[in-house]
Amino acid sequence: MNQPIVSIDPSACGAQNTQPSLVHHVVDAVRVSRSFTTSHQQRYGGWLNASLLFLGALAFVPSCDKKQDISADFSANKAAESTLPTEGKVTLNGSGSSFQTPFQQAAIEAFQKSHPNITLNYAGGGSGRGRQQLADEVVDFAGTDAAYHAEDLGKVKGGTILYFPLLLGPITISYNLAGVLGLRLSPDTIAKIFQREITKWNGPAIVAENPGVKLPATDIVVARRADGSGTTENFTKYLEAAAPGTWKLRTGATVEWPHDTMAGPGNGGVAQIVKSTSGAVGYVDLSDAKAAGLTFAAVKNSTGSYVQPTAESASAAGDGIEVQQNLVFSAINAKGAASYPITYQTWLIVYAKQTNPTKGAALKEYIRYLLTDGQKLLPGLDYAPLPQGLDGKALAQLDEIQK
Amino acid sequence: MAILDARPQRADDGFRWLVIGSAAVVLLLLGLIAIVMTAGAVPVFREMGFTFFVSRRWSVAGDVYGALPFMWGTLYTSVIALAISVPVSLGVALFITQVAPPWLKRPLVYLVDLLAVVPSVVFGLWGILMIAPYLGRSFLTTGLILAMMITPIITSLSREVIETTPASEEEAAYALGATRWEMICGSIWPHSKGGLVGAVMLGLGRAMGETIAAALTIGSAIGQITLDPLKPGNSMPAVIANQWGEAYDLQKSALVALAVVLFAITVLVNLIATAIVQRSMTRTRGQ
Repeated sequence: MNQPIVSIDPSACGAQNTQPSLVHHVVDAVRVSRSFTTSHQQRYGGWLNASLLFLGALAFVPSCDKKQDISADFSANKAAESTLPTEGKVTLNGSGSSFQTPFQQAAIEAFQKSHPNITLNYAGGGSGRGRQQLADEVVDFAGTDAAYHAEDLGKVKGGTILYFPLLLGPITISYNLAGVLGLRLSPDTIAKIFQREITKWNGPAIVAENPGVKLPATDIVVARRADGSGTTENFTKYLEAAAPGTWKLRTGATVEWPHDTMAGPGNGGVAQIVKSTSGAVGYVDLSDAKAAGLTFAAVKNSTGSYVQPTAESASAAGDGIEVQQNLVFSAINAKGAASYPITYQTWLIVYAKQTNPTKGAALKEYIRYLLTDGQKLLPGLDYAPLPQGLDGKALAQLDEIQK
Repeated sequence: MAILDARPQRADDGFRWLVIGSAAVVLLLLGLIAIVMTAGAVPVFREMGFTFFVSRRWSVAGDVYGALPFMWGTLYTSVIALAISVPVSLGVALFITQVAPPWLKRPLVYLVDLLAVVPSVVFGLWGILMIAPYLGRSFLTTGLILAMMITPIITSLSREVIETTPASEEEAAYALGATRWEMICGSIWPHSKGGLVGAVMLGLGRAMGETIAAALTIGSAIGQITLDPLKPGNSMPAVIANQWGEAYDLQKSALVALAVVLFAITVLVNLIATAIVQRSMTRTRGQ
């Protein structure tokens, strides 16, 4: 993620952000049909090719999800032969939140060293895609930064869903202003900047909050996401909660940004705009902001103190949260003087009722790892571990997985 | 003897059915794409009705979806691309067929065709790194990138069309004392007109459908309709690629509806273009 090119490399997009999912699907469909074809080619020849092409297209067109069915079936057949996770081979497939993708990648690598018989895949693709694919039972687990919408619960095929919180992370307000360090911003000012109501860096609202800081008369360039994104959703949720009345663009994976804003694909794409444009400001998750070497502002939290985005201040936000019975919560605009207010959270979601005992056991093992030893990987990735007490609740919830 | 006869017979039949089958698959696919996409678009048409085509707003929070800014972006960037690409392509085609010395022709044709095999994502990245720093992510940036992408197809088709002009007519013009320019106007142009229009329309079809290069360079503005080429905009394929991953319910349906509109327009443009090229080629070659 150090080079700007990586952030806009579409081959990485499936994992890093949600942008070219269409491209991804075509590639996947071709790959599935190709691997199938080689073993059967001699016998059926061209007919099979043609029908597979047709199948691939069928799978691609309606919901873009059915081709996953094909690959899931293949691996399910293999896994069904074994009974114990410690013996035979098991494959677990997951997709969803790109926010937790770096953690999943690091955790999978570490976990597979001690469990060589369990193969794990995490495909990213965005929280919405993860929730949908779990609802359609095409993946074994999913990552998501938000709970299911009430109206979508009817589409969930496999019964009760369990939410396992994994981590917290801050969204930075990164800026590019030569010589200006330690900028302080309140939610109202942030809302006005991103709505283009404040267009100069020496606007009165910014000056008032930053006594002693020499602010240039540079034009503000707002950088935001080109693609639909969970980061945008959480950032706008924060503004709606913390700057009510001021923020008018409402919330969502995409909002009606003013026309004179600059759009970049993925967190990396926004980071690249901020890095290369003098006077730019954008919302970027902490790990991408750090990777790009950006400067970020301290943000005024609900108790009135200005807090820098760090793994610790995100952890502090986690201490002030109210957790529901099903372990759903929001760390946005949390209480506590030390908490960074634009902190968001992500879950791993699975079905309580596991139909394949081998997979169920392996899944339990993996989640247990994520909640225990896996948490130690988080600070190195600029995430905050789960707050005290929540990890215990999550571990206790493991018993609700029925194999 | 009888056995030897039977085998090729069977192979022939098999081959025939295979070919018929393959052809049928293509038709079936086109039909399926049209049906499934239209079905997916029904919810948004039901919700928005005709306003889907004329509304300028695209608000996920408000569940209001209008296609107009995206149709405008597709049209505007394609027109910019054509305005830049057509003179260049025709110039290159005329240079290759009329002016270039024989030893230069082959390499030139080869080079132009090479442009066509550059993947569109490479054009897109190049646009971000080389053009966007000067022109921003805007209609013009995307138009320039699209112009580069459609130049090879327009050039090579134009070249083929121009080459169908009978040598006798060119020589006749020269014999009457025409300059090279007068010969091009008097002999080549009347012969190639139709084919050239078709070539340009095929380029247009490609420009309108281009996705990744547009998604990377157009700026992803929501709801922008303006003639200012330096403003960020959005096009139908670009918004589909950008928003599909995190789209739900009606938004998903609206994106599918955009795809239906795009599909219909590009199929139409390509059909008309192919018809024009075909007609002009048979006319100039045959009678």
